[in-house]
Amino acid sequence: MSLRRYVLRRTLLTLPILVGVSVLTFGLVKLLPGTPVDYVLQFQEATPELRASLRAQYHLDEPVWKQYLLWLSDVLRLDFGERIVSDRSVSAAIAERLPETLVLGGISFLIALFVGVPTGVVAAVRRGSLLDEGSRVVALLGIATPNFWLGLLLILLFGVHLNLVPVIPPVAPVLAPESLAFLVLPAVTLGTASAALFTRLTRSAVTEQLRQEYVRAARARGLDERTVILKHVLRNSLISVVTVAAVQVAFLLDGAVVVERVFSWPGLGRLLVRAILQRDFPVVQAVVLLVATAVVVANLLADVLYAWLDPRISY
Amino acid sequence: MSRSPLDGRGRLRVQGFDGDTESVETDDTTAPTAPTAATDRRAWARFRRDRAAVAGLVVIVLMTLLAVFARPIEVGGVVVQPIALAPYDPAASGVAPTYRPPSLSHPFGTDWAGRDVFSRVLYGGRYSLSIGVVAVSLALVVGVPLGAVAGYVGGWVDEAIMRFVDVLYAFPFLVLAIALVAVFGQGFWKLVGALVVVGWIGYARLIRGEVLSVVERDYVVAARAVGASDRRILTRHVVPNAVAPVVVQATLNVGTVVLSAAALGFLGLGLQPGTAEWGSMLSAGRDTLVGGEWWVTVFPGLAIFLFVLAINLVGDGVRDALDPDAGPDRYRTREAR
Repeated sequence: MSLRRYVLRRTLLTLPILVGVSVLTFGLVKLLPGTPVDYVLQFQEATPELRASLRAQYHLDEPVWKQYLLWLSDVLRLDFGERIVSDRSVSAAIAERLPETLVLGGISFLIALFVGVPTGVVAAVRRGSLLDEGSRVVALLGIATPNFWLGLLLILLFGVHLNLVPVIPPVAPVLAPESLAFLVLPAVTLGTASAALFTRLTRSAVTEQLRQEYVRAARARGLDERTVILKHVLRNSLISVVTVAAVQVAFLLDGAVVVERVFSWPGLGRLLVRAILQRDFPVVQAVVLLVATAVVVANLLADVLYAWLDPRISY
Repeated sequence: MSRSPLDGRGRLRVQGFDGDTESVETDDTTAPTAPTAATDRRAWARFRRDRAAVAGLVVIVLMTLLAVFARPIEVGGVVVQPIALAPYDPAASGVAPTYRPPSLSHPFGTDWAGRDVFSRVLYGGRYSLSIGVVAVSLALVVGVPLGAVAGYVGGWVDEAIMRFVDVLYAFPFLVLAIALVAVFGQGFWKLVGALVVVGWIGYARLIRGEVLSVVERDYVVAARAVGASDRRILTRHVVPNAVAPVVVQATLNVGTVVLSAAALGFLGLGLQPGTAEWGSMLSAGRDTLVGGEWWVTVFPGLAIFLFVLAINLVGDGVRDALDPDAGPDRYRTREAR
């Protein structure tokens, strides 16, 4: 099968998953006691006319399958309706918070990648060395540390005791220098566990590659060790790191929900938690759907990249 | 991991010339046999030699004992456990002035309501321990049969179950758990329920893959040839031989589940606010730090950290003991979830 046909097939296979995701997200709110109208009306006087018009707005008088299709057609046009706690549209609230989460997640991902992969390579090449053992212990600690606790400890040390960074996010655009300076601690907090996972996975991928024949062949040809590692081994090991990078998207999104709360960073995660506490379910629905779609797309990209990088695999 | 068509080639190795001690002779002809008492004993012997894993086990046992004996336990009005290691009732407020730094009478200080943090940390182990163990066990009870049946029966049953698993996999673990808690509401069993719904899919996928490889083995073919029923083959021959990686994953997952439950508590979404659960105790978060009351944050977090670290050490030990040939990272890939 050609790469192009594989990509096409793989893309088509994600469609049923996305449909399933949308059904579940829609069904989640249906499981709630009461209807969205009850939640809207808890803040205002309910006249029968208002109730009727709201029921019509949420299509509550239609059969469930039709409600789903109507909701889906709105969602496909990125219309998630209005928030329950205010008159603003859900899409506007999300658009406002999305860049914050993307920047936080992006920086954390880069930290994880640029700390984790080189450490993993060195650990595999110098197996049994002090550095290998040390990275193993640090990775173990990194995976076991609750991210919210790590964040709080960093605030305690750098924000309160050393007074190096502000403890409250600055009022500035996301990419302004003061915002980026503030983001150092949240990004380190969020990236630590990912860096630990990258280290362990890179180490095992490189270890596996070092056992392959081509490595021995390259050494036999008299290539110096540096070339063998950087040109041959690393390139082959990174193929498996790519798939893990996709899993990291889900992992980082999970972490962002918590870390944003720790640092009061106004991103999607904080929007989600606040929406749940305020029972603002259109927002919950929209954020959950968006996050799940992002994960599905990330997995698709990883599979495609994997196939493209490694022509040997048969699909 | 990457699997190339060349993987099977060149597996013949001359031992003794290799500096690399970890290179293992691969012998594809020895199919693993059904677990016996002897293999269990060997696994236990390997586990015991792993000092980190034993240390982890000791920590878990200690923390469990501390949690059990923190306060007396009553069942239906009868005191079954009268010992109280915790000096104060974890829920009692005003046992001392608020925000007292650690002292002899309050080793971990007191919190905003004047509750004894030391007593709360000891008692809080009950929540984290039971949530972790119960949620993982129930997820196994759901995931293992579904995954095993999917792999064994195949066809549309397999398709139906695994496509549903694929859909659930699209949701990040914590985000889905948060959404479910939002729908179910707060409380111990609702929290456990949410963690089971997001947790079983990993075991289903894992055991399905194992089952697919086990059904090809000779002893399964033999069992079928002598006329054993599908149910008997599945429960007696297939699942026992497919379950080892699931056990390893489940052990490691207790740590992940405890972390997730604590994160939900921290967000104020897990148990009722004010519960002496470790994560919930941190929910005041930054405000106490800025006020200088570091002990409210440091000690409960340390308890979570120690507990999860200990579980991961035990999980690593179990993996090495059950499957000594697997590299240190074989079952780690999905741990991120």
